[in-house]
Amino acid sequence: MRREASGSRFASPWSKAFVLVALLVGAVLFTIPFIWTLSTALKTPEEIAQDPTRLIPKDFAWDNFYKAWTALPFSRFVANTLFITVLNTIGTVFSASFVAYGFSRFRFKGRNTCFYLMLATMMLPGQVTMIPVFMIWRQLGAIDTFYPLIVGSFLGGGAFNIFLLRQFLLTIPRELDEAAMLDGASYLRIWWSVLLPLSSPALATVAIFSFIGNWDNFEGPLIYLNSPEKYTVSIGLRMFQDTFGTNLEQLMAASIIHILPTVVIFFFAQRYFLKGIALSGLSGR
Amino acid sequence: MFVAPWLFGFLVFTAGPMVTSLWLSFHKYDLHSMEFVGAENYRRLLYNDPLFWKSLTNTIKYAIFSVPLGIIGSLALALLLNQKVRGIPVFRTLFYLPSLVPAVASALLWQWIFNTDNGILNIGLSWLGLPEVQWLQDENWALPAFVLMSLWGIGGGRMVIFLAGLQGISDTYYEAARMDGASSWQQFRQVTLPLLSPVMFFNLILGLIGAFQVFTSAYIMTGGGPNNSTLFYALYLFRNAFEYFKLGKASALAWLLFLLLITLTAIQFRMSKKWVFYEGEKA
Repeated sequence: MRREASGSRFASPWSKAFVLVALLVGAVLFTIPFIWTLSTALKTPEEIAQDPTRLIPKDFAWDNFYKAWTALPFSRFVANTLFITVLNTIGTVFSASFVAYGFSRFRFKGRNTCFYLMLATMMLPGQVTMIPVFMIWRQLGAIDTFYPLIVGSFLGGGAFNIFLLRQFLLTIPRELDEAAMLDGASYLRIWWSVLLPLSSPALATVAIFSFIGNWDNFEGPLIYLNSPEKYTVSIGLRMFQDTFGTNLEQLMAASIIHILPTVVIFFFAQRYFLKGIALSGLSGR
Repeated sequence: MFVAPWLFGFLVFTAGPMVTSLWLSFHKYDLHSMEFVGAENYRRLLYNDPLFWKSLTNTIKYAIFSVPLGIIGSLALALLLNQKVRGIPVFRTLFYLPSLVPAVASALLWQWIFNTDNGILNIGLSWLGLPEVQWLQDENWALPAFVLMSLWGIGGGRMVIFLAGLQGISDTYYEAARMDGASSWQQFRQVTLPLLSPVMFFNLILGLIGAFQVFTSAYIMTGGGPNNSTLFYALYLFRNAFEYFKLGKASALAWLLFLLLITLTAIQFRMSKKWVFYEGEKA
C-alpha cells in the first residue's frame, strides 16, 4: 500500500523551494517549545529571570535534574509507572491478539454484532462509564491500588487494538492455520505458535501504543491513587507543580524526565508506530 | 471462545456501567446515601446551572476552532510531507514529536510559554512590535490559548493518517488529470480532496469527540479559570464526580454529553453522503 517514492512531482523549482521553506519554518516553530524547555531546565533561577530567551545557558545547571528527581520521590514514581505500564503492555498484547484471533478466524452467532458493538465503544466517551466503574472498584476495595489501572488491559486490551490486530490477522492466509490443524494443533496452539509470531510487527505497534498511553495516563491514576507512594510520574509531576511550581527550572527538568521515555521509544520504533496509525486510519475507509 | 475476555470486559466495564450511569443520573448519590430524584438532575442542569452552560459553550467554542484548524493544519502538513524533497523522514519526525509529549508535561510546558512576563510567546510578540497578552490570566484570551496549544499537535496521528491516505492515491489519477490539462490546484480539488474525503471524515468524527474530552491541560494549566473561561465540559464533569461527589449529577452530565456526541456524529454521517467519496462506488 505504501510506496516510499510516491509523492507529487513538482511543476517548477519555485514550488520546490516553497515546500522546503515552509517545512523549515514549520520545523523551527514546532521545535522551539522543546528547545526552550530544555534550555530553561538547564538554567539557574537567576538566569531565567534575567534572560529568559537565551538559548544556551551560561553555565549548565545540570543539578536541576538531580534536585527535581530528589525533591519528590521520583524513583518511586518511575518504578510505579513502569510496573503499571509493563503489565498493561503485556496484558494488551496478549489479550487483544487473543480476541482478534476470535474475531478474524471464527464464525459464530452474533459475531458481527459483537464486532460492531466493539467498534462503537471507540466512540463512547469515557465519562459515561467512569463513575460506575469507580463504584465497582470501590466495592471491591481496590481504591488506591494498581488493579483498576491494570485489569482492563487483560480483558481485550481496548477496541482499537483488537481492531488493528484483527485487520492484520485477516492478511495472514488461512492455509497456515489449516496446515497446522492437519498436524493436530489445537486452536489455542495455532494462535500461540503460528499467528502470534507471524503478527509480531502489528503486536509491536500495539505494544508501543499501549506503553505510551499508559506512561501518559493522568486521569486514571488521578481518580484511583491517593497515597503518594503509589503515584505515577504524571501525578507526581502534578504534585511537583503544586509544591515546587515556582522553581521553574526544576519543573521543566521534571517535565523532561516525563517526556524522555516516550521520545526514546519513538526513535527506536518509529517504523511500527507510523505504520500502525496509518493502518488504523485507512481501514476507516 | 476467544472473544470471551472482551465480552466479559465489555459487559462488566462498558455495558453494565452505561446502564448503571443512566440509572444513577436519576438519583442523588454521594457515595453514602442514594435517593431517587427523577429527572431533577437533568432539569437543574438545563434550567438552573449557569456553569453547565458555561462549560458547554466553552467546549463548543473550543471545538469549533480547534477541530477545523487542526484538520486543515494536519492536511497542509501532510501535503508538504508528501513532496519529494530531501530530509522528509527528519521533518516527519520533528512534526510528530509534539504529539508524543505526555499531557501533563505538555500542559506545564505551555504554561511557561504562555507566561505573561517571561513566556516566549509574549517575547516573540514584542519582537514583532505587538502588545503582550495575558494569555492564561485574561478570560478573553485563555480559550484561544488552548486552541493555539492544540495546534502544536497537528503533526500527530491525524497527519500520519492523511499522509497514508495521500500515498494510497494511485498516480494514474494524477496522470489522467494532467493529460486533460488540469492545473495543480484543479488536481488537488478534483482528485486529491475527493479521494481523501473518507480519511477526512474519519479524522473529523474522532477529532470532534476528542475536542469534547479536553481535560488534563485545563486541569493543570488554569483549573478552569480565569472566571471559568476554560471550564471545559469534561473538567466540570470530573469535578462534580470526584471533587464534590455529586455522582448523580455527574452521571447526568455524562449522559447529556453522550447524547450530544451521538447526535453530532449522526448528523455528520448524514451530511457525509454529500461530500465523502468512496472509491469503487459510482460517483
